[in-house]
Amino acid sequence: MAIPRKPMPVQEPEARVLNFEEVATGYTPEMAQEEAERCLQCKDPKCSQQCPVQVDIPQFIAAVRDGDMAEAVSILKGKNNLPAICGRVCPQEVQCESGCILGIKGKPVAIGRLERFVGDYELSHKTLAMTRAASTGRKVAVVGSGPAGLACAVDLGRLGHDVTIFEALHLPGGVLAYGIPEFRLPKDVIGNEIKSAAEALDIKIRRDHVIGNTLTIDELLEEFDAVFLGTGAGLPVFLNIPGVNLNGVMSANELLTRVNLMKGYRFPAYDTPVKVGRNVAVIGAGNVAMDAVRCVRRLQAIRAGEDGDAGEVHVVYRRSADEVPARREEVHHAAEEGVIFDFLTNPVAILGDESGAVRALQCVRMELGEPDASGRRRPVAIEGSDFELEVDQVIFALGTNPNPLVFSNADDLKRNKRGTVEASDESGLTTKPGVWAGGDVVTGAATVISAMGAGKRAAADIHEYLCGLN
Amino acid sequence: MYRILRKENISDVTKMVIVEAPHIARSAKPGQFVIVISHEKGERVPLTIADFDREAGTITIIFQEIGKSTIEMGRLEVGDSFMTIAGPLGHATEIKNYGKVICVGGGVGIAPVFPIARALKEAGNEVISVIGARNKELLLWEDRMAEVSDQLIVTTDDGSAGRKCLVTEPIRELLEADPGGFARVWAIGPAIMMKFVSYTTKPFEVPTTVSLNTIMVDGTGMCGGCRVLMADGRAKFVCVDGPEFEGHDVDWDSLLSRMTYYHNEEQTAVQHLHGKDHKCRLDKAVEEGVR
Repeated sequence: MAIPRKPMPVQEPEARVLNFEEVATGYTPEMAQEEAERCLQCKDPKCSQQCPVQVDIPQFIAAVRDGDMAEAVSILKGKNNLPAICGRVCPQEVQCESGCILGIKGKPVAIGRLERFVGDYELSHKTLAMTRAASTGRKVAVVGSGPAGLACAVDLGRLGHDVTIFEALHLPGGVLAYGIPEFRLPKDVIGNEIKSAAEALDIKIRRDHVIGNTLTIDELLEEFDAVFLGTGAGLPVFLNIPGVNLNGVMSANELLTRVNLMKGYRFPAYDTPVKVGRNVAVIGAGNVAMDAVRCVRRLQAIRAGEDGDAGEVHVVYRRSADEVPARREEVHHAAEEGVIFDFLTNPVAILGDESGAVRALQCVRMELGEPDASGRRRPVAIEGSDFELEVDQVIFALGTNPNPLVFSNADDLKRNKRGTVEASDESGLTTKPGVWAGGDVVTGAATVISAMGAGKRAAADIHEYLCGLN
Repeated sequence: MYRILRKENISDVTKMVIVEAPHIARSAKPGQFVIVISHEKGERVPLTIADFDREAGTITIIFQEIGKSTIEMGRLEVGDSFMTIAGPLGHATEIKNYGKVICVGGGVGIAPVFPIARALKEAGNEVISVIGARNKELLLWEDRMAEVSDQLIVTTDDGSAGRKCLVTEPIRELLEADPGGFARVWAIGPAIMMKFVSYTTKPFEVPTTVSLNTIMVDGTGMCGGCRVLMADGRAKFVCVDGPEFEGHDVDWDSLLSRMTYYHNEEQTAVQHLHGKDHKCRLDKAVEEGVR
């Protein structure tokens, strides 16, 4: 009889909406070993092929099964330097786990949970000293300390290059620090992963440096042999509907930055305030939208206390449940926490009161028509189905446009059609000599692991370039 | 850490500090701003750069103690440090020889208009400056502004210094006395002042540059909190598109309304600060309870 997939222990929904602590509490060693037993150890593993950084998945799982955690760490970290982070935030169901043979007839091996287990094991046990090759004397500037920049910096550091990371904010981590909430990715995990890598590889981190302004890319090139741009996504997209500038309208980026980076959920002990409405609508259904609604839900529940009426928070999405881009686990967690999903609902206007504050979101019901260019059935408005959703806050989670700052004072850095940096898929090389780029600044908003993959590919190409320099 | 090298109390509530920040001083230009955080739990506060010294590696910032963050900044003394200063941010003022210009500074806004007036003067412009404040105590840098202006007009709301009127009055008189003679106006001060300066110059069709200081979190083009509507309905972001805008294009009423959004929280924060000195143990308990 097959062993069932080990469920992840979680905080119960009623308890977790009252705190910002991690929802999924992690496998115990016994659970991890039992789950690892399920792996069929395929000769031609589809899981590894589906991983953007090609982790040797069956091998690390075999080591977990055998109880050799140090070996598991060593295999995993051979390809992925930040497993505690990726084990938590990767969309495994569409990557490694989608390739798992067990998934055809039953449930795939919980690769992500095992990865997290091994990553956490390493953070507390430190079995593997990250080693740095002999110094090459070559200097690389990495702009941005998010997933792309970190992955690139760590790989180059290991190869013996002298790496300096430039970060615009006061804390490193990029979207991991400002975007992803504490209850999904504790800030200590990021801090520890970055700290241990930076110390081992002598990577310097210069905070408060806004490249394009504080220093231009050309100025970096005077001091460094190569520059990698991993500056991430930029300005949030707001729908062009009436009422977007009313009080109570904001982007998910703003809400999340206040809550995560600035610890606004602890206001007034921390100085940055964060406001949540009594009834809130979050527009969009990607991972950022899920992070935003779940933060709102917690802030509403904490405000109301255990017995009070917390109010409502809605996800407003114009397509159907089948098209939701967010990870299934996030949607499931959000629903458990009391988030209301309004599918096939399209906002058409934000209505204000006489003081200029939001009082309702005017929506129209949609139905699915013919498939559109993306292959998804196009939502079409149902005539006469307008209604008002009574909310006092509207949060846009519809993705981002490129950040213009990276292009300031860099006319020779070409943009592609989407307005992002033009760079080779394979190498990350841009049109500007000596400059590579990867992650959201090239692709537009995507995932943590795809950004890490781009950072690693660029690191390999930068290494080759540096080795060829006289 | 960014050490304070000099501090001046310009008035009871207006403080000037010169801070070690070589990475900013080397590239700062008039019109740009910085983000300042005082301490680990502090807010990111956008402040316009009032002056900079490339050789000394310092920048000057001036702020008025109005909320918790600025009150705490004001408590820092020479030798103390800010946790963070990031910048320079935003576009620099476009300095060239326009001809005859007016530079308007209101209250603490006089400080950031100073380097602009100085640069305009150096570029060969005839600079007429109008500075104003509620009262004499809130006025600052009359001497420095006089040095870089061909003419300086001072106003106060209560008449305790200069003319007893709003800055808009001498501006209107100047424009009426020389129609078509002024190439451009710069105005930095409270939003309400910039609004009325823009309304004053509009009938004379004199381009009027204002420097907006909206709600802002990261200040690097990421959160979108600083967006401001133009009169034609387009949205702009102060941190990356600004901070300077054509005052005649700004939807002032929407901007003024948005600036009140965190009013209650600002008051809570100040109360929290004042309660702190004698309740710090309770504070700690509350803080731990929230987590």
